[in-house]
Amino acid sequence: MTLLFALTVWVTLSAGLYLALSRDLLRCVFGLAMLGGGANLLLLASGRLLSPQPAVVAAGEQALAAASNPLPQALVLTAIVIGFGLLCFSLVLLLRLIPAAGTDDVQALRQAEPPSPDPVKPALPQPGCEPPWPPELPR
Amino acid sequence: MTVLAATPVVVPLATTVLTTLACRRPRLQAAISSAGIGGLLLCALALVALATSDTPADVAFGNWAAPFGIQFRVDRTGAALVLITALMGCASLLFLASDADAGTPHPFRLPLLHGLLAGVGGAFATADLFNLYVWFEVMLICTLGLFAIGARIDQLDATFKYLVLNLVGTLLLLVAVGAVYGATGHLNYGALAQSARQLAPGLSVVLLAGLLLAFAIKAGAFPLYAWLPASYHTLPAPLLALFAGLLTKVGVYAVLRTLGDVFAPAPALLYEALGWVAAATMLFGVLGAAYHWDMRRILAFHIVSQIGYILLAIALGGAAGNAAALFYTVHHIIVKANLFLVAAMIWRLTGSYDLRRIGGLYAARPALMLLFLVPALSLVGVPPLSGFWSKLLVLQEALAQQRVVWTVVALAVSVLTLYSMMKIWMEAFWKPHPDARWRLPADTRLAPAWAASLALAGLTLAIGLNPQPLLDYARAAAATLGVAP
Repeated sequence: MTLLFALTVWVTLSAGLYLALSRDLLRCVFGLAMLGGGANLLLLASGRLLSPQPAVVAAGEQALAAASNPLPQALVLTAIVIGFGLLCFSLVLLLRLIPAAGTDDVQALRQAEPPSPDPVKPALPQPGCEPPWPPELPR
Repeated sequence: MTVLAATPVVVPLATTVLTTLACRRPRLQAAISSAGIGGLLLCALALVALATSDTPADVAFGNWAAPFGIQFRVDRTGAALVLITALMGCASLLFLASDADAGTPHPFRLPLLHGLLAGVGGAFATADLFNLYVWFEVMLICTLGLFAIGARIDQLDATFKYLVLNLVGTLLLLVAVGAVYGATGHLNYGALAQSARQLAPGLSVVLLAGLLLAFAIKAGAFPLYAWLPASYHTLPAPLLALFAGLLTKVGVYAVLRTLGDVFAPAPALLYEALGWVAAATMLFGVLGAAYHWDMRRILAFHIVSQIGYILLAIALGGAAGNAAALFYTVHHIIVKANLFLVAAMIWRLTGSYDLRRIGGLYAARPALMLLFLVPALSLVGVPPLSGFWSKLLVLQEALAQQRVVWTVVALAVSVLTLYSMMKIWMEAFWKPHPDARWRLPADTRLAPAWAASLALAGLTLAIGLNPQPLLDYARAAAATLGVAP
């Protein structure tokens, strides 16, 4: 069973990594989400897996004997919530980014670091990618 | 006064909630925000006072005693960094009132900024590994919000790259924390320090390497710093100064906690590896800076380069190395934030961040030139400014341990840093403005910017002219690191 679980983690992580390395923005985000899932599975495995016993320390005992440790489960829950929030944020970000950039290819996203025509000097600031000067509004 | 230990999180979080509720009334929101940062500053001072009297603020939540409940413990190291966080928050909020690239106002800018401060404060205050991961995530989501809030195309692009590379870092951190818990059964720093000694050396190397890899991404160490120069320069200046001052330093602090405190003494291989990574970080950071002509991008690469010095101090280890790391971090946060603020004032007066398009400020604003020289020469390490003492501490320890290569790299990087600062000085101040019709703009609102920048320059001078108090503090802080309570 441990082997099967390890195989599951491996498949999830490698599928996630494959997608995250993609040039397609949406695939990249889904890949990161899958990587997060793989990380959560790993974290879950640091408690015990598949024990049918309730996580209660028996009277007179000092530690959980054979039951799964509930703490990693609580940690995974936290991590799932955080990961879900970040996934939602990144999807909304893509909804703004892809129409604004007119592309969903990572290699065409050069607005923050424009490629330079000069072999030794960096590009000059691009119009529309700089704060407006002089500042518009007297607040 | 145990409850004080939670204030680095509680005060900014409360400010976040209140400023969110007041998001439709900008004046009220600004007032709440100022009150919040003032409160944080007072709490930070109280924390430093408690830490220096050897009764660090300590609280375990939910009536669960230390190894089981989540513990907050603000020792000297944490207290100094919380104080500097509050000071940076003050400077950044003050600068927001100027018109020097302060960004367009947005109702959620102040809540996100205070949320970021809560994340940073939590990371410095917590004594629990998983909790540290959570504060990294809080910082991540708040920084993402602040990146995206301007909604300019380059900012969205930068947000995406920042998101992807940092998310990989937090996922690695999550996996590493899970592995540490699986091997030791603990997350509390004190309990981890006890149980880590029983780990097999091989296992210990693997676990710590995982943790350090994640922290190295967060700290912007070579070769994992690509997210930093790809994104930082798209931010408005006050936020950029805050990010530059605080974010990477949380990663560095986490490395210090790991290698210098909780798991100290870690296997020697890790210190050795970290030393080489630090040397590469210094060198490649400064080379990146030498290439660029945009002031923000030059300075962003210098963040990376300076991180190398702090990592080198941690790699040297021991009480002297840890003290140097803390001293360097405090100096660096102040200087780095100030350089970005001065760059924004240059932008307001000349019209661009690109050095090829500006000039003429030596004649027009000699006072600004002097103000620039204080943090710039301090970054280089010219005596008697704070950077000199920081570098002296690191290099003394490197030579004491006969690390000649690392010392030579550090000195060479200082020369390149001087080159880069002189490039800004020559281009922005000394040469005439390339546009002959250029005149100083008349209707600027730079008073808050001057106030913030002068205050930070004053701190740099104060540390430089009288380094002994901070040095004593850093040494006392280092003496309590690596000693399990």
